[in-house]
Amino acid sequence: MLRLIVILPIALFAGLIGVMVSLLTDEDRNSDLSRLPSPLIGKPAPAFKLPAVANSVPGGFSTEDLKGRVSIVNVFASWCVPCLAEHPMISQLAGQGVAVYGINHRDKPEAATAWLQRHGNPYIAVGADWNARASLDWGVTGVPETFIIDADGVVTYKHVGPVTKDVLRNKILPRLRKTEVR
Amino acid sequence: MKKVLTSLLLVTIFYATLLTSAQAVNQDEFLDNPVLEARAREISTELRCVVCQNQSIDDSDADIARDLRLLVRERLVAGDNDDQVVSYIVARYGDFVLLRPPWQPNTYMLWTGPPIMAVVIAMLSILFLRTHKIRRAVGLNPAPLSPNDRDELNSLVQRIAAPSSPLLGQKNRHSAELAKGLPPAAGRPEETEPKASTTEQGNSSS
Repeated sequence: MLRLIVILPIALFAGLIGVMVSLLTDEDRNSDLSRLPSPLIGKPAPAFKLPAVANSVPGGFSTEDLKGRVSIVNVFASWCVPCLAEHPMISQLAGQGVAVYGINHRDKPEAATAWLQRHGNPYIAVGADWNARASLDWGVTGVPETFIIDADGVVTYKHVGPVTKDVLRNKILPRLRKTEVR
Repeated sequence: MKKVLTSLLLVTIFYATLLTSAQAVNQDEFLDNPVLEARAREISTELRCVVCQNQSIDDSDADIARDLRLLVRERLVAGDNDDQVVSYIVARYGDFVLLRPPWQPNTYMLWTGPPIMAVVIAMLSILFLRTHKIRRAVGLNPAPLSPNDRDELNSLVQRIAAPSSPLLGQKNRHSAELAKGLPPAAGRPEETEPKASTTEQGNSSS
């Protein structure tokens, strides 16, 4: 009995250390423990239909447009600095022939148009979501966010925050390949 | 006076924060139907604002909290019951939006952990008290002081508590005593020695 009293706290402590280490070294979580898993993963993309930002910007798209091939949906805004930071990476994806769609989150038509003109428009189509109603259905907590959708229109991956070079190489591209194979 | 002013200030700040937190919900968000509005407020206090961690959407000024409040009202007007509204939002943002975690496999530890810990601690306490009692009953605990030891202790206490000369400070009296060395207790210098050692033996054998 006495031995149990000695061993139990040590075992509990060792267990706690084990849990902490596994949380800290977990591939998907080590960047930020506060990041949440999306309940959307493995489910069909939410139903939505967004109008174009402006006549000069190709766009307006809906859930139906996402079916038929693997695509990426990127939520962005002209006022969002990290969106500008990830813009080269999004453009690179589009340059490789990936179908990239943009959801323009809580923006103004002039500002969004000017931003796309100035930095380039990598998107096949941009949908205007200025009251953020569609963003709510996507479970967006802040811009930028990036989703991978498979050919059946099912969400397979979600990245919160800017797509950096590192994220592109180690997360987005491998997941994209995996989604394409499936 | 200063104290009164400080407390007055604190009270003012306290009520000011109460007022501002109550103002997170804008007048223009209110529904015309007071029953629906009351339900909306109640649901809102149970939903976490996803970008401000420990605030409910009812308390938060964040854009997304406002959007979620409007969404709650939209669903209510559409005829959803309270559970349907909550699961509508959970389907989009996950269980994290619930300020009160649900009872399901991944929260079993969360809910049962504290009661289990309380039981474990209670059991360990009882165990400790019982072993302590048993040890005393068996005689493994140090024996109570013998009359001789008691007398010696009393004389020591008296010597220390004795009024010192008003010219000498407390510190001086002790340093003088230390310099002199402790004299053997009055009366029975021989008897104390063996007594002490028997007590020690009793202790070490336990």
